[in-house]
Amino acid sequence: MRLIVPLQGVVQGRGGLILGSLIPCALFYFLQFYLKRHRSPPRNPPSPSSSAANLSELPRSSSRANLTTRGSIGLVHVSARAKAVAAPNDSPYYIGLDRVREDPYDEMSNPDGVIQLGLAENRLSLDLIEDWLSKNLTGSILGVGGNGLGLSGIATYQPMDGLMEFKVAMADFMTEVMGRTVSFDPSRVVLTSGATPALEILSFCLADQGNAFLVPAPYYPGFDRDMRWRTGVDLIPVHCRSCDNFTLSITALEQSFNQARKRGQKVRGILISNPSNPVGNLLNRDMLYDLLDFARERNIHIISDEIFAGSKYGNEEFVSMAEIVDSEEADKDRVHIIYGMSKDFSVPGFRVGVIYSFNENVLAASRKLTRFSSVSTPTQQLLVSVLSDKRFTQEYIKMNKQRMRSTYDLFVAGLKELGIECTKSSAGLYCWVDMSRLISPYNEKGELDLWDKLLNIAKINVTPGSACHCIEPGWFRFCFTTLNEKEIPIVMERIRKVVESCKPPM
Amino acid sequence: MAIEIEHELSAVGLSKVAVSDTHGEDSPYFAGWKAYDENPYDESCNPSGVIQMGLAENQVSFDLLEEYLENHSEATNFGSTKTSGFRDNALFQDYHGLISFRKAMASFMEQIRGGRAKFNPDRVVITAGATAANELLTFILVDPGDALLVPAPYYPGFDRDLRWRTGVNIIPVHCESSNNFEITTEALEAAYKEAESKKIRVRGVLITNPSNPLGATIKRSILEDILEFATRKNIHLVSDEIYSGSAFSSDEFISIAEILEARDYKDCERVHIVYSLSKDLGLPGFRVGTIYSYNDKVVTTARRMSSFTLISSQTQQLLASMLSDKKFTENYIRINRERLKKRYEMIIDGLEKAGIQCLKGNAGLFCWMNLSPLLEESTKQQELELWKLILHEVKLNISPGSSCHCSEPGWFRVCFANMSEKTLEVALRRIHDFMERRNTVKRNNGL
Repeated sequence: MRLIVPLQGVVQGRGGLILGSLIPCALFYFLQFYLKRHRSPPRNPPSPSSSAANLSELPRSSSRANLTTRGSIGLVHVSARAKAVAAPNDSPYYIGLDRVREDPYDEMSNPDGVIQLGLAENRLSLDLIEDWLSKNLTGSILGVGGNGLGLSGIATYQPMDGLMEFKVAMADFMTEVMGRTVSFDPSRVVLTSGATPALEILSFCLADQGNAFLVPAPYYPGFDRDMRWRTGVDLIPVHCRSCDNFTLSITALEQSFNQARKRGQKVRGILISNPSNPVGNLLNRDMLYDLLDFARERNIHIISDEIFAGSKYGNEEFVSMAEIVDSEEADKDRVHIIYGMSKDFSVPGFRVGVIYSFNENVLAASRKLTRFSSVSTPTQQLLVSVLSDKRFTQEYIKMNKQRMRSTYDLFVAGLKELGIECTKSSAGLYCWVDMSRLISPYNEKGELDLWDKLLNIAKINVTPGSACHCIEPGWFRFCFTTLNEKEIPIVMERIRKVVESCKPPM
Repeated sequence: MAIEIEHELSAVGLSKVAVSDTHGEDSPYFAGWKAYDENPYDESCNPSGVIQMGLAENQVSFDLLEEYLENHSEATNFGSTKTSGFRDNALFQDYHGLISFRKAMASFMEQIRGGRAKFNPDRVVITAGATAANELLTFILVDPGDALLVPAPYYPGFDRDLRWRTGVNIIPVHCESSNNFEITTEALEAAYKEAESKKIRVRGVLITNPSNPLGATIKRSILEDILEFATRKNIHLVSDEIYSGSAFSSDEFISIAEILEARDYKDCERVHIVYSLSKDLGLPGFRVGTIYSYNDKVVTTARRMSSFTLISSQTQQLLASMLSDKKFTENYIRINRERLKKRYEMIIDGLEKAGIQCLKGNAGLFCWMNLSPLLEESTKQQELELWKLILHEVKLNISPGSSCHCSEPGWFRVCFANMSEKTLEVALRRIHDFMERRNTVKRNNGL
């Protein structure tokens, strides 16, 4: 089912019938071939496959529970939703992540392992937080947090959408990290176990099954899962091009909207990421106003995923959708912001996401839905402690930006030496790299060939543009905040090997 | 006037899920909580406030947890050493969950079952609470429009958890007081036929064992019958065993895992267990739930879907430490059972003295109280009138059987583990006085 839907989309609208059939078919066959070559044995759960005859001789022990049911898997029905989710990962984004999991690079123990440049994770400033914790939180977790309520404060049932103290702390942090140009209101903060469920909850609230959101492409591969898997909602990519530095054009947005209408598909909103992922652009004030106008004229929503707002290393200013809405009294009802602690604050494991909405009904529904995705109370209390130290958070934000800047500069310089250019980006944990001259043929197959070489020969995991729905082949997302300074030359050397072999013959 | 209409027309639309009331928060079950929130009982500051007996929370063994956490701060807090592992933990967002945590959960589940069943850590899928686990399993096992059979009376939250976003139906399997509300194959068959007549496909049976709201474990023979029924119809069996550690005596609780073990795991690919630390360990705020499935495909799918509901890595680490401390867990499980048993006996005794009977229970944080003799007519309206009376006059929030879909009016679920013994005494006294007043009125009216 998952494969059919994107095929339908290409055939119906963009690229015409021929391209629409050929490219997906080529992709499909190539991926099947790739999977056959690289399929690793299923890891979970470990189970010896014994013949029926031997089983009766096995002693009764825990190994019984490990046995795969002999040939009767799948006899009992699972839902269509489950079948789609259980299908082998066919996106290079996920395949790459799995490869790193299986063979992760480690300076000491596994120097030939795969280096992770495919996960937007910030490892540059964790030591600052660790330092703070070692100085300030030395007792048991019972003493942590605002109220000194002891165990009751963390163990008992709390509001599913988050403790009030934590909402206040998050609102303050968002205000600080976005440059203090707008003040966030704690009563509009809804906490979720990560930005992933925050997006899904909004998708459930704003659209019915079969409806769609317009999304500027290239976009974060995870949106396909977060917005669509269980909701039955569709994503319509609005293609951005290198000639525009991959910035969104309202004309393209309008075209996509009209095409959807012709197909009879109801568009419920626009999903933007600002700073954008994977390109790293910031949407400027004019663009944001234009988007709001566009949404108003068609009476649709805007979801602004601002999760990288504090990960700015350039000099351009970041403007939050909240700031735009602040100066426009009407129209607040259609604007919703996503935030989280996984990027700017480097704690993805803690599972903290935020839905920030100006629509009371959306807030009411979201709050009720957080019962399926709530934040662990001890973690809330821990973060309340850290975030209450305003001096620390300001220092952290500043230092983090500096470190990102220097790593970015080193990384981009390294690529430049190899003759590889990136778009000029200002934020995010990654850069958007142009390797289009190195792929052959100049299409998705060529791009995936290069991706494959980078993954299996150079042993670096990067995200190919096709996984991000980029319409131009040859672009890759390289995350650089997972690296320390020592590792950058290692990465460059590995890339060099592959690049040399890809250069067209003189 | 014209401006108002314009504004209404231009309001931006929301989804059906957002505007539906399947969340059920308008039912009496939740209305009672509101009354409590507005006027909560407090021993010193508000001795005439509403006592909350509608929340199944376990506070009887807090001291044991507190002691552990105080004495093991190095295991539970990052701050103490530089090489504390904070960095790796903070970055860990793998949906497989920490292996140490899964091992600890599997072993804790084994301990609760007295070692009578084995659990493989690789089949443990983590979720942020049992609420999420139940919803996730429903998404995986059931298509929208299809149904789950759920023995009634059942936990009111199921209406929301199993149906709201999933689009799935619940067909109640009616159980009767005449045989202690035990689940019978006849009742299962009747529910199945009801679904068929409505052209609804049944995809599974979801049982809670020990049962909420009955406060009783399910007998071995009945578990076998239920599994047999599920096998015959080729449907799934979900066993929510969230109260397994709250059975008053370890031998009285039989897990579906034991039934499977006894028959060599035949047909196990249709069986899935839900567990959580919210009841047995009294840690609902931690948001810790698990799905344990014997079906590989379900494990893989659930694991991927758990991306929407992962447990904080900090919490996983803390619990991995605590739950692998076998001395602590053995001691905790034993003492917790004893204290819950004592509370149960205290409340049954107190209610008996007030002339009220309860279903014979042996597990859980509540008892199933029979007030049907107090109803003039055996109707749902009368039950709700009585419930309102108890809420506003006696100032106790208890859960009416109708919100649990009980087919017989007059039964109520009364929680006893979320308060101190003193508070329980106050509640029992109030009930006693209430019953006295009623009997006096009756006598005076010559009835």
